[in-house]
Amino acid sequence: MTDHRVSYTLDSTLETVDSAETTATRIAVEAGFGDDEVMQISMAVREAAVNAVLHGNAYDPGKKVKLEFETTGRDLVITIRDQGKGLDPAKIPDPLAPENLMKTSGRGIFLIRSFMDEVQIHPSQTGTEIKLVKHVPGSSGDAKEASQ
Amino acid sequence: MSMKTNTRQVDGVTIMDCSGRITLGEGSVILRDAVRDLLAKNQKKILLNLGEVTYIDSSGIGELVSAFTTVRNQGGELKLLNLTKKVHDLLQITKLYTVFDVKEEEASAIKAFK
Repeated sequence: MTDHRVSYTLDSTLETVDSAETTATRIAVEAGFGDDEVMQISMAVREAAVNAVLHGNAYDPGKKVKLEFETTGRDLVITIRDQGKGLDPAKIPDPLAPENLMKTSGRGIFLIRSFMDEVQIHPSQTGTEIKLVKHVPGSSGDAKEASQ
Repeated sequence: MSMKTNTRQVDGVTIMDCSGRITLGEGSVILRDAVRDLLAKNQKKILLNLGEVTYIDSSGIGELVSAFTTVRNQGGELKLLNLTKKVHDLLQITKLYTVFDVKEEEASAIKAFK
């Protein structure tokens, strides 16, 4: 697979969430991931896009979501940036804790972490950037499962 | 494919056959409204057939939790039927599989209602 990067600037709408998911699915297929991994990647991107649109930009039409996909021989790297107040990952409750189990929200970041090999969250005063990495099957970076 | 629901009655149990996607926006709202409509009609034994649900996100999971809690708080029962592998796996990793009463076969699921 050759290195390739593509980026999109999207409105803070529900259509952006669906578009991000659809694009992630297409790029993951093209990158050579299997069905289960494609589903994981598309869902992780969907959840990150939901966070950006709802919790970051709060549907503000003046704020944009930037979505970037970079494929290398080793990784698929996806970056989602919003222009919100900044998400503090330390303040995200554990959705598996007994007191949170029956809550109706708060599982997005947990699902993203469950589905991707690496997740980095960079909050700032000008928004949040979340970087998602999935190792390409058969590449040297695809060692997470073997190490767990 | 947007979400669709169809309800039928068997031995006092309302079976809601769901298909499509339960996701943020329309899908979650359709499920919420459908459950509310049943409760408004005093139909409190609800079997949610998810066999044709192709996709569910965290919002959809939250909607299932909300439906379960809402029905239980009104003295009813909500059970899940025919989970796809995707939905099954999602409920497993979110530790909700044991919270919900999950059934694999319709006839025995109906008998399991009190």
